[in-house]
Amino acid sequence: MNVIDLSRTPLREVNSRLQKLPNDTNERLWKLINVHGEHACAVGLTKPIEVQIDGHIGYYCGGMNQEATIVVNGQCGVGLAENIMSGEVRVKGNASAAAGATGQGGLIVIEGDAGTRCGISMKGVDIVVGGSVGAMSAFMAQAGSLVVCGDAGANLGDSLYEARIYVQGKVESLGADCVEKKMTPHHLAKLERLLKRAGINGDPSKFKRFGSARKLYNFHVDNVDAY
Amino acid sequence: MSSTPFYTPPRWSATFDPHSVAEIHRAAQTGIYDIRGAGAKRKVPHFDDLLFLGASISRYPLEGYREKCGTDIVLGTRFAKKPIHLKIPVTIAGMSFGALSGNAKEALGRGATQMGTSTTTGDGGMTPEERISSKILVYQLLPSRYGMNPDDLRKADAIEVVVGQGAKPGGGGMLLGQKITERVAKMRTLPVGIDQRSACRHPDWTGPDDLTIKIQELREITDWEKPIYVKVGATRPYFDTALAVKSGADVVVLDGMQGGTAATQDVFIEHVGLPILAAIRPAVQALQDLDMHRKVQLIVSGGIRNGADVAKALALGADAVAIGTAALIALGDNDPHWEEEYKKLGTTAGCYDDWHEGRDPAGITTQDPELSKRLDPVKAGKRLANYLAVLTMETQIIARACGKSHVHNLEPDDLVALTVEAAAMAGVPLAGTNWIPGKNGM
Repeated sequence: MNVIDLSRTPLREVNSRLQKLPNDTNERLWKLINVHGEHACAVGLTKPIEVQIDGHIGYYCGGMNQEATIVVNGQCGVGLAENIMSGEVRVKGNASAAAGATGQGGLIVIEGDAGTRCGISMKGVDIVVGGSVGAMSAFMAQAGSLVVCGDAGANLGDSLYEARIYVQGKVESLGADCVEKKMTPHHLAKLERLLKRAGINGDPSKFKRFGSARKLYNFHVDNVDAY
Repeated sequence: MSSTPFYTPPRWSATFDPHSVAEIHRAAQTGIYDIRGAGAKRKVPHFDDLLFLGASISRYPLEGYREKCGTDIVLGTRFAKKPIHLKIPVTIAGMSFGALSGNAKEALGRGATQMGTSTTTGDGGMTPEERISSKILVYQLLPSRYGMNPDDLRKADAIEVVVGQGAKPGGGGMLLGQKITERVAKMRTLPVGIDQRSACRHPDWTGPDDLTIKIQELREITDWEKPIYVKVGATRPYFDTALAVKSGADVVVLDGMQGGTAATQDVFIEHVGLPILAAIRPAVQALQDLDMHRKVQLIVSGGIRNGADVAKALALGADAVAIGTAALIALGDNDPHWEEEYKKLGTTAGCYDDWHEGRDPAGITTQDPELSKRLDPVKAGKRLANYLAVLTMETQIIARACGKSHVHNLEPDDLVALTVEAAAMAGVPLAGTNWIPGKNGM
């Protein structure tokens, strides 16, 4: 394992080194220590390496990740793994607002809680949250799945497109055009696979599924009260 | 007395003018606001309200056809490892594939590349065609993040973080279902045929402190190579420019209310934001106050039509201008050649602005394959190159007349204003006086 001490190595050098690893690198396991809440840490990675981050980390950790597996042994700031394309980003603690924003693919696992707007505008990423999520989660979510093992804050799934939301606990309220939908065997199986893949304990049978009512897809003046 | 009955001609109200009356009837009939393309159509103080003084006994002109007058510009000199070098100070503003046909995007790339300048993507991501046709391509990071892809980010020559645009500062994008074809929908990860209303706020940052970190992330992902622009609609140009600089921008793009849009509510276009004439001086002042003028470059847009507009923008302190609507017109938008079809759409060449409907006879603001075919990207690209060449030559003509060996040497001292309003907004004297409203003088 390669260990990089961020108290001695500038972030620019760390990101550059991880980004420029050759495709056939055998240096596949990295550990970052003394990260002290750095922003934009381990962003833009493109190789199937594993990066372990010890300590709390700042904004946009794992941003636009491709292929890499990033594990944070701590809490995360705003915009965890924003626009992730593939690979996996896992947080052992909690994540702040906008976790997984606009994520296009891959998997994000937050073992603790996530703040507001978790999965905002997500476009294909799967997000599994072991705890609860804050208000306006999955706002304008377009594709992918958001799994919440705890509770969901107000206005869940507001202005939702085709993303799927599964919540095991309570939902404070649903946002515009978000409705509860029947949990079919197909969705149950998908949820079970997601929980297993994420390594998160949850009983699929206790979850409720939410999706778009698709009533606001084309603007009509009769629906103006919904906005 | 004459026995002829006295006749008083009908009198229109200045308040309830014909357009206002027609709009009330339209609203009453449909129950919905008007949506359209293009920018503000109302008359606002503009570059026409300024004049150049030219050379005199105290100013020495350059020979028009003999002495060189430079036009090149370097953008992104503050932090980027690879600044952009443009041959002319006129760039092509961001317009999306989706709002525009693929052929129109290709034509923009061809025309800009012939003249050594840049084009810009739009809401919806980067198409392979526009990357190939544009030698210098600016990639927009918009609130929607449709099609946002780190591979494309690295392929771009610069990145533009879009906070707002002049036609609708504070508003999100809009692309109605008629134009959401299978390809457009796939690029945006949306169902085909739905009304696409993209976000007005970025999903993962709020305010200048967050923006600083966002820009840092973009630089980290792209190895600090790319110039990073921040684009704002003209509303509070002094503060927005200062905050963009504080956030680490290499370039500030300032878009006035005359700047175009593919589709926005008419009330938004006409009543929110500032004319570009009123926005440049405060933006330049902010740069000067921070000792960043010419270090962070300023691109202005919104209603640029001719070389005089370019020269006036530069004289007020901008480093370059961007054109959108004018570029589309150069491609063939609103060409009288299609007059019969414009009439069928209830309009006339020069007035067509229903760009959101996707029925553009010129094949530019459409996704209809048959209409799109009408625009030959090679010929249209050549038209745009011709137009850009004329804009550049006209700018040089004025610069030489003012005795400048480079268009960037134009300065506010070369200008006067025809109206008190324009003098106040631009910070130049009212013609024939040394009075700048707000400053001492006579």
